[in-house]
Amino acid sequence: MRYYTYFPGCSASHGGAKAYDWSAQAVAKALEVELIELDDWNCCGSTPYTSVDELASYCVSARNLALAEKRGLDLVTPCSACYVILNRTNSAFREYPALRAKVNEALAAGDLEYHGTVNVRHLLDVFANDIGCEEIASRVKGDLGGLKVAPYYGCQVVRPSPGFDHPESPESLDRLIKSLGAEATPFPLKTRCCGGSLVISEENVALELAHKLLDSASSNGAECIATVCPLCQTNLDVYQSRINKKFKTSFNLPVLFFTQLMGIAFGIDRRSLGFEKCIVSPKEVLAGYIER
Amino acid sequence: METKVQGSNTFLQEICAIPGGEGIRLCIQCGTCSASCPNVNRMDYTPRQLFAMARAGMREEVLSSNSMWFCLSCYLCTVRCPRGIKVTDLMHALDCLAVQQRLSSGRTYTPTMYRSFSDFVYSIGSVPEMSFMIWFYLLTNPLRAMKMMPMALSLLKHGRLSARARRLKPEAERQFKAILDKAESLGGIR
Ligand code: SF4
Ligand code: SF4
Repeated sequence: MRYYTYFPGCSASHGGAKAYDWSAQAVAKALEVELIELDDWNCCGSTPYTSVDELASYCVSARNLALAEKRGLDLVTPCSACYVILNRTNSAFREYPALRAKVNEALAAGDLEYHGTVNVRHLLDVFANDIGCEEIASRVKGDLGGLKVAPYYGCQVVRPSPGFDHPESPESLDRLIKSLGAEATPFPLKTRCCGGSLVISEENVALELAHKLLDSASSNGAECIATVCPLCQTNLDVYQSRINKKFKTSFNLPVLFFTQLMGIAFGIDRRSLGFEKCIVSPKEVLAGYIER
Repeated sequence: METKVQGSNTFLQEICAIPGGEGIRLCIQCGTCSASCPNVNRMDYTPRQLFAMARAGMREEVLSSNSMWFCLSCYLCTVRCPRGIKVTDLMHALDCLAVQQRLSSGRTYTPTMYRSFSDFVYSIGSVPEMSFMIWFYLLTNPLRAMKMMPMALSLLKHGRLSARARRLKPEAERQFKAILDKAESLGGIR
């Protein structure tokens, strides 16, 4: 058994990406990984917050890290945005002693202190590197023989470096998809941005970026897209119909969390994997694999 | 001319005082950041231009531009900058200064969106993003909210719009508030 402290993030816990949390938990169990949720965690600090009030955003973020530090385990999150923000606080703690002192002064008001020692990890890193693709392949019950999957990393799981994979042409998700028996299609835009939270304030900007991604995935023969981030999933799935309308296209590409694909391959009951939450239904594409 | 140089010094100092902002001094104006940026076409000034203007002390022009609000935090500029400047953090530093000095561009909804997001975090410690989205549309542009109805309905149908937000336990909420109030009294990072 391997143990980690788990930080689901707002989106996967109570937001629109519950399917990510469910499937991550189910798959972790099958891999003998225990994800122990951090008690009373709060928002990671978030990109919007860093753009409005730096100190407050570092404090919000550091409260989580201080709580996690008491546990002494690696802190793993399935959300790329949480991953980048928590890590940003970590590097700021290392590089800016004055900031560190101020944040700790604020944390002291809540009887906390952070020493900067928590190792923040992304769930993809844990599965691809701690568990490894060989181990994953050995758990596969019904392999995804030939299912064509576009491996979409997005930006924040691989940048800024140094991270656990190449910042512009990463391979870990490709390898993981292949270990399930599926085919990872070529995807030149695999680390291009989905538009992030700007989909809310500047929808056209995000739709344009997401359109390019769908176009690249589908023209390379993908039948579905695998994502590692709730924001990316939302922009590509929830907004797909608006993209079709705006660009007069007819994409019908299911956008799945990589953990959902792992779940099917492991033969986990599909009801615990949250497929009904997909707006673009994956039923047809997955039919041959789920029924087995 | 005199005052301009004076101004440039304070503005540059303000930027350098924010963690990540200090890198602006190292910029060699190579334009790698601008060439990498997926959103550069939307910006009043490219990141490279913005940094040159900031170093020339053009406070108003820089802080009231829309450029940093179109930054997607994709970190492509950051991993490519030959000078190792944290370009994305530098963009966020400019966002913060614009907010503090009440100069943020009125030509994009992003400052308002970021603001309401932070208010959510401040008040309950987390953000149920789908509900937040709908709420934001209603706040800024009810007409647009109407157009988003079909999407909201399909989210509801698929169980992706939760009405109930996650709440911290009362003692955790008190701790969270105490930390943030202290942060506020410490008055920013400078
Ligand atoms: S890439 Fe770096 S050095 Fe080059 S213009 Fe941009 S910030 Fe300056
Ligand atoms: S992080 Fe921002 S400024 Fe840098 S390339 Fe991405 S969108 Fe452009």
